[in-house]
Amino acid sequence: MLGPARYWREVPQRYRYEAAKCAKCGKVFFPPRLVCNKCHSKEFTQTTLAQTGSIETFTVIRVAPTGFGDEAPYAVGIIKLDDGVRITAQITDCELDKLDIGQKVRLEFRRLGKEGESGILRYGYKFVPVA
Amino acid sequence: MRDVAVIGVGMNHWGELWEKSLRNLWTEAALEAVEHAGVDRVDAMTVGCMSSGLFVGQEHLGAMLADQLGMGPIPGTRVESACASGGLAFRQAYLAVASGVSDIVLATGVEKMTDVDGGAATYALSAAADQEYEGYHGITFPGLYAMMARAHMKAFGTTRRQLACVAAKNHDNGLLNPLAQYQMKVTPEGVMASVPVADPLGVLDCSPITDGAAAVVLVPVELAKKMGRPYIRVAASAQTTDTLALHDREELHSLAGTAKAAAMAYKEAGIGPKDLSFAEVHDCFTIAEIMVTEGLGLFEKGKGGPAAEAGVTALGGKIPINTSGGLKSKGHPVGATGIAQVREVFLQLTGQADKRQVKNPRWGLTQNMGGTGASTLIHIFERA
Ligand SMILES: [Zn+2]
Repeated sequence: MLGPARYWREVPQRYRYEAAKCAKCGKVFFPPRLVCNKCHSKEFTQTTLAQTGSIETFTVIRVAPTGFGDEAPYAVGIIKLDDGVRITAQITDCELDKLDIGQKVRLEFRRLGKEGESGILRYGYKFVPVA
Repeated sequence: MRDVAVIGVGMNHWGELWEKSLRNLWTEAALEAVEHAGVDRVDAMTVGCMSSGLFVGQEHLGAMLADQLGMGPIPGTRVESACASGGLAFRQAYLAVASGVSDIVLATGVEKMTDVDGGAATYALSAAADQEYEGYHGITFPGLYAMMARAHMKAFGTTRRQLACVAAKNHDNGLLNPLAQYQMKVTPEGVMASVPVADPLGVLDCSPITDGAAAVVLVPVELAKKMGRPYIRVAASAQTTDTLALHDREELHSLAGTAKAAAMAYKEAGIGPKDLSFAEVHDCFTIAEIMVTEGLGLFEKGKGGPAAEAGVTALGGKIPINTSGGLKSKGHPVGATGIAQVREVFLQLTGQADKRQVKNPRWGLTQNMGGTGASTLIHIFERA
């Protein structure tokens, strides 16, 4: 249905966590944008996301969408990284009923699911709790 | 800008309507509104629809439905802002009449959701979130609202039971609405024990998949007076956007788009939240109604849950919310929801809401939102 180009375009973010830092006000965007929504500057420098952060909120998905059915139940959270960027990602290698807001987590590269609509295995970042 | 009135409304009995196609569903509601308004022509029409392409494989609804209504070649405009498409269709019709471009405009909404299976329907709805940076990671719409619920619980001590009370209350109201999809009583205990979907939300915290359409007719207030028919006045129209992805919001436990649109609408209408007699709001999930009532300034941040539990928002409470049964019980054919909200306000403000009639209402408000609140439409209406 959807071609592999759609997947390939996001590889710099999903595999290498590439973000863009506004050259004027310093706000970090993930994924990169063409204009800063804070100061409207169009100049950015390339940067890499911080790899540690903490859980701001989370849920345990019991009814999964197409492509994730085999994996339910699994946790998804909004992680606030130490550079201030917030991202949505799965939280794995954890006990689902022990998760809590404020838990420190670390980014890891994992397989996200089976063959997606683009016909390729989907990889990307997930988070795991750190003590 | 001219003062604008709503003079006619139409809506089907919503549900899983396998025997009805999108075009027939829509035409039923549109014909009813036109006949109810008593007009002999329509100058233009708008159609709110989120995703007829993914749900039934049909786009180009403006032309198709103008023809179905036998009104071609009038302008037919389809608009989309996810689950707020109906609210946007109403606003576009309002602007057309207020500006003087058109005199009689039909504002409509429709969604035919049961021609595809549950997985495909979930996929179509998920297109309202950030597909590459939310959906890619396996988050669903119930999951996004569950994360807002968890943030709200952490920040304010909102309880699981308070969420459940919203669903129970809206089902109580839906029992009094003969067009509601689910006319059944549910208890807070039943909601809390319902099949988990995305913690802490269960299936009875979620609005259903629904087929349905709704339509209303707008004209200048002067014409409504001349026609001598019951009407309500549009006192304010506001629209805002917020970040598409939930994780880009400054706060995860409040709806900035709703708060901003409410402030604009109250200013335009010259009233405040305390003046409202009732409101129809976007309770796609139980937590949404709590956050919306706070965003509208009906309650302070964090007080929406206790208010729902105490019956403040019940029919007969201080500020009845979702007297129609809301999305939860009435159903949520996404593109039609915002128009059906206006229909409920029309019935209430013209004293035609029957068993669910609010006592002597003067001001009514509708709040319709798309995604996790990235699009918000708010309208305020006054009794004629
Ligand atoms: Zn900047």
